[in-house]
Amino acid sequence: MGKRDINKSNDEYAGLVKETSPNSPVVKNCFRAFVSGGIICCIGQFLLNVFSSFGMTAESRNTLVSVILIGAASLLTGLGWYSKIGKLCGAGSIVPITGFSNSVTAPAVEFKKEGFVLGLGAKIFIVAGPVILYGTLTSILVGIIYYFVR
Amino acid sequence: MAEKTGLYSVKFKNPVNIKAVSSVVGTKEAEGPLRDFFDIYVNDNLYGEKTWEKAEAKFVKKAVGEVVKKAALTPKNIDYILAGDLQNQSAASCYGVKDFSRPFFGLYGACSTFGESLALGSALIDGGWGENTVCGASSHFCAAEKQFRFPLELGNQRPQTSTWTVTGAGAALLSKEESPVVITGITTGRIVDLGITDANNMGAAMAPAAADVLLNHFKDFGSKPSDYDKIFTGDLGTVGQELLINLLNEKGYDLSPNHSDCGILIYDGKKQDTHSGGSGCACSAAVFSMIFKKLLDGEYKKILFIPTGALMSPTTVMQGENIMGICHLIKIERRA
Repeated sequence: MGKRDINKSNDEYAGLVKETSPNSPVVKNCFRAFVSGGIICCIGQFLLNVFSSFGMTAESRNTLVSVILIGAASLLTGLGWYSKIGKLCGAGSIVPITGFSNSVTAPAVEFKKEGFVLGLGAKIFIVAGPVILYGTLTSILVGIIYYFVR
Repeated sequence: MAEKTGLYSVKFKNPVNIKAVSSVVGTKEAEGPLRDFFDIYVNDNLYGEKTWEKAEAKFVKKAVGEVVKKAALTPKNIDYILAGDLQNQSAASCYGVKDFSRPFFGLYGACSTFGESLALGSALIDGGWGENTVCGASSHFCAAEKQFRFPLELGNQRPQTSTWTVTGAGAALLSKEESPVVITGITTGRIVDLGITDANNMGAAMAPAAADVLLNHFKDFGSKPSDYDKIFTGDLGTVGQELLINLLNEKGYDLSPNHSDCGILIYDGKKQDTHSGGSGCACSAAVFSMIFKKLLDGEYKKILFIPTGALMSPTTVMQGENIMGICHLIKIERRA
């Protein structure tokens, strides 16, 4: 390399990049996530209270609330609204069960164009896959520990 | 014939004429500040097609058709088409140029493809491979997101350093026939790797390559930034622009008075929420319509046009490899 070349080490350049790159607005994002995530949870709690006033068992009403939230998020994804909600709410709409629903429906919508088998079928868990895999493995592990320790 | 100048450049004894330039863009680009410079803009990013990929091919087809028409030629007069895009196997370019039935070279240089296309197109014209060559490049926001990042409807937030892929296509018709705006020199870029791995900070991955090609150009041509009316980079965005200016400052060149970046020009960053700016092959290719018009009108006499590319392969990045940069420099002048 000649003397006119950019003779920067990767570390030096990484420092310059860090200095130059604007950070995400963390405080604003946290606040929005707190409020929006809270709202989603309140909706869930509201549904839970309504169903319990109808005299549903705890098991049925918990399942029904999950199904409704998952279904609603999936529908909103299909309508193209959930990505807009996600842009605004960030972790607030990613972390609850609705975010999981979005992460399964979004690839389904996107890859449907490559067919129902090798497109939608093969790629539907492209985002949620790791959560499903490692979630299942962790639950097995915790189950084993629980069996011996309880 | 071209004459090799220095280690990385050529000068054309007979400058290569740019006879016409065209651009076709999508909705967001048409809502931006450069709306009036684009030939065609569409209100539907699917462009009446069923998939993003087919829509991008249609952008290519329209841009090539338009540039041929603007040069008052027919596809039969075109000796070669050179084009590239971001889709796997450069699918948009291949499908887009198919119906013209002309000899075709498909190119890949990430977002620097339009520069690669102009450089090789100039070499073909200068080397006597016919009279007219069409050079093009395209990209599509939705197709690029799908291929390189996440499904479109995934509800996530984009980092501040990220850029927005331009939806559209641009083309230039290079010709033996004399016209006012000409390519007089080329400095070909090298692959530069300064260890960037963040796929959401392409400006940082490309800035060193842009600095490298500029340094090589100034050395080969014995020139300096102030010799040019404007120096346009492709899609560095605000982060990349600052890095480039910084890197060149350290080498004693002040780029800040006359540097512009197509990625910053194409959108209104604040109103359109594009974060660091625009990107994609179509970014420099579409903004070239504006640059060409200002050269024709005599507002610029001599400029440097440097499409910037981040050679980002999702596979190798996941394997822990760096994102390398490459940028090609085209020296363009207005005949006196």
